[in-house]
Amino acid sequence: MQNKKCDTLEAALERLTDDAIILVGGFGIAGVPEILIEGVCDRGLRGLTIVANNSGTHETGIARLLAEGCVGKIICSFPWAVESFVFKEMYEAGKVDLEVVPQGTLAERLRTAGAGLGGFLTPTAVGTELGAGKPVHEIDGKEYVLERPLRGDFALIKAREVDGRGNLTYRMAARNFNPVMAMAADYTIVEAATEVPVGALDPETIVTPGVFVDCYYVAGPYTPGKEGGPYS
Amino acid sequence: MSERLSRDQIAARVALELEDGWLVNLGIGMPTLTVNYIPEGRDILFHSENGIIGMGPKPAREEDIDPDLMSAGKGPVTLIPGGAFIHHADSFAVARGGRLDAAVLGAFQVAVNGDLANWKLPTAKSGSVGGAMDIAAGAKRVFAMMTHTAKDGEPKIVETLSYPLTAKTCVTKIFTDMAVVAVTPEGYVLEEVAPGFSAEDVQAATGAPLAVPDDLKTIAA
Repeated sequence: MQNKKCDTLEAALERLTDDAIILVGGFGIAGVPEILIEGVCDRGLRGLTIVANNSGTHETGIARLLAEGCVGKIICSFPWAVESFVFKEMYEAGKVDLEVVPQGTLAERLRTAGAGLGGFLTPTAVGTELGAGKPVHEIDGKEYVLERPLRGDFALIKAREVDGRGNLTYRMAARNFNPVMAMAADYTIVEAATEVPVGALDPETIVTPGVFVDCYYVAGPYTPGKEGGPYS
Repeated sequence: MSERLSRDQIAARVALELEDGWLVNLGIGMPTLTVNYIPEGRDILFHSENGIIGMGPKPAREEDIDPDLMSAGKGPVTLIPGGAFIHHADSFAVARGGRLDAAVLGAFQVAVNGDLANWKLPTAKSGSVGGAMDIAAGAKRVFAMMTHTAKDGEPKIVETLSYPLTAKTCVTKIFTDMAVVAVTPEGYVLEEVAPGFSAEDVQAATGAPLAVPDDLKTIAA
């Protein structure tokens, strides 16, 4: 059996390079792979494109990546939250580019990439600024915008449990973008709380099968995101 | 001068509109208050776009707040018995796929054809769209919940939008601190007024003609 376990954070992140497109799971503070992101910060990479729902909150995680000058572009649905003050400052200083994508379109562009499709037609954003310049198709009398797949070089995923094959479970609404991003990257890296033996996970409860996972790092007892804490 | 309705009073009126058995998405901000006013005995399932079906109210005790169980507006919530967690692509399949009986969304402006503006100010370089465009485009009914006029007194119920579009022809009804207004193929219909306001008062604060039916009702507040 292929060994997907990385004993150290450094080993889990060693393939990352400058200018990579990195998909980062999470919504608000739930399901954010904070430990992996901190590890990426320590790599001191440059020119990264970060794809996530938010543009970083408070001063850790994606916000720290921004503050340290690692990020050239953010692709997200909700950049202007009050907690995203680091992003606001960087954007206004012209130090980072922004692409705003409707949240459902963001999820589906990722899923589409993971599913090997060339794009999809969505009613979302027809006639709006965010649909501008995109081909519009009429299907059965209704207008749809053509959206392209969004693939990452890497995905950073937060899971609750992992087994040796990389099968994953999640916790509550910390699932959010994680399963979709796990399938949409060339190389998917998981931060899991608990490692269990192969065969210990009920196959009916596995949300992300290990086929979408390239390596995992066991980060220790599960800590949900906590405002102001190390996971915020 | 009559008092306009409070945010909670508007929420109470919107709640009456939600029917037994519906699946409903509540937008960030004022719409989230609606959950507190659902009439006893109505089984309404709330969808939160971050992957919750069956979202319940804020936990009663501080110690039961779970950071993995938050609304799309990032506030602490609960899961009702029989609720489910789904991932983001499925969550928006629910929204776009026509499963939402209603979405209650805040608004900057509504146009007479039902066009909605709620994601970006005209002067802003960019906005936080979140799930607004997907949900507005996909829900069976979109209820706009807003103050009747902007802070400077400008009408928010208008002929055509001057704010950036969120989704075309989606709003079916508007709930404000002055009135309930239906969006129909024939134009706006003033269905209800807040206590103390006349149809003329509401018309004066509205940027397009309102048809006034003979049986104009007063909002129970």
